[in-house]
Amino acid sequence: MKAGHRDHPNYWAFVLHRVSGVLLALFLPVHFQVLYLAIKKASAFDGFLAWAEMPMVKLAETVLILLLAAHLTGGLRLLALEFLPWRDGQKTIVALTGGISLVIGLVYLLNAA
Amino acid sequence: MSAPNIQTEARLWLAQRVSAMVLAVCIAVHLGTIVYAVRGGLSAAEIIGRVAGSEAWFAFYSVFVIAVTVHAPIGLRAILNEMTKLPKTRVDLLCFLAAVLLAYLGLKVAWRFYMLGGA
Amino acid sequence: MSGDTLTVSVWRGDGDVGRYQEFEVPRQESQTVLDVVTYIQRHIDPTLSYRFACRVGVCGSCAMTVNGKPRWTCRTHVSKVAGDGRLEVAPLRNLQVIKDLSVDMTDFFDKWARAEGRFQGAQTRDDDFAQVSPDSPKRRRASAGIECIGCGVCYASCDVVAWNQDYLGPAALNRAWTLVNDVRDIADKQRLKAVAGDAGCHACHSQQGCVERCVKHLNPTQSIAGLKRATALAALKGELE
Repeated sequence: MKAGHRDHPNYWAFVLHRVSGVLLALFLPVHFQVLYLAIKKASAFDGFLAWAEMPMVKLAETVLILLLAAHLTGGLRLLALEFLPWRDGQKTIVALTGGISLVIGLVYLLNAA
Repeated sequence: MSAPNIQTEARLWLAQRVSAMVLAVCIAVHLGTIVYAVRGGLSAAEIIGRVAGSEAWFAFYSVFVIAVTVHAPIGLRAILNEMTKLPKTRVDLLCFLAAVLLAYLGLKVAWRFYMLGGA
Repeated sequence: MSGDTLTVSVWRGDGDVGRYQEFEVPRQESQTVLDVVTYIQRHIDPTLSYRFACRVGVCGSCAMTVNGKPRWTCRTHVSKVAGDGRLEVAPLRNLQVIKDLSVDMTDFFDKWARAEGRFQGAQTRDDDFAQVSPDSPKRRRASAGIECIGCGVCYASCDVVAWNQDYLGPAALNRAWTLVNDVRDIADKQRLKAVAGDAGCHACHSQQGCVERCVKHLNPTQSIAGLKRATALAALKGELE
């Protein structure tokens, strides 16, 4: 059976929010622990930062920034939906959150390059 | 399962929303800092110079970590309950352990950065 | 566009066991999906089971899954959904299939009862009529959700219903919200208890499939958001114990 009931922007936004949330939750312990080990010694920290300059790592960082921006803007959308008076044009708001997330990712990429 | 505690469920929902509001501010600051700091390349001296020994940054990162500790496990709990067949008590235990792990690792690194200033 | 005939895949089966069966149905002007299903039963296979009553979008009993989307078949024109001359008709999702296209609505309506979807007043026939201003904020909120006819389309559109079998679903929660806003009703305390938590409003992820598909253009997501706030406030005060 086709799943046509999922074929609309608010559902895609839900999927993005869930996937980005899970990935960020998995990334966080790694983020914390890598930082902790890196700053044991200043030289090790600089070595780690040099590793982070590699193009592939920069690309992965951009993906992380995009995930964080998507979860942030999607979360603000949900908070507004649940706690503020209802606004029509929910699909426009979804498009807006997607656009803002992409801009944040782009700004990071431009500054990091 | 016998009747779940409705009041606890409703409070967990609210805790996730309130922590989300705190996180929204923290993440905006975090993203701003990242984009600002990454210009011209990152250096250990620059980061340590900014964060180490600063009560303000230590307080910021502590609040950030605590908000994440509340927020993420409640979300994971909902996902595990919906999408896996794990018993609810097992899910609760897993998510509690996730919260402990996040708090421990996060606060540890915040403290280490702070103490770099005094050492 | 479509030719003279329509190729229709129809779900046949009892319970969870079944398959799609293909039929060729002649195209007609202003033909609805319900017309197509009726044609199959009357002219090709009289054993096909389906449910309908009014045929004109009043009763809400003919909802089925048409090309993957829950719809009222009587209000769905073939020309709108079968541009390529193909149609797939299945029973509503998230409900037990009785046979072919007929589903058992018991769970759906039991959940209305569990959500305290019944009006409970304090007045008797000896009292005067209650005076409720149509412009009062509470009455406006109640009126916004009151036109539900219980067709089950929102229930079939919701993935939370599919993932969490205890979840009350959009229609029952929307009904509860209209009663929370009915100033004559006196059962709010137990109603808020009934609709809170992970089988109630707090399980909703605002996917808005219900809003997308509701034929009456109601907004269960908005109603559920209202319940989320009301129940969270009650939980803070310790009133859900």
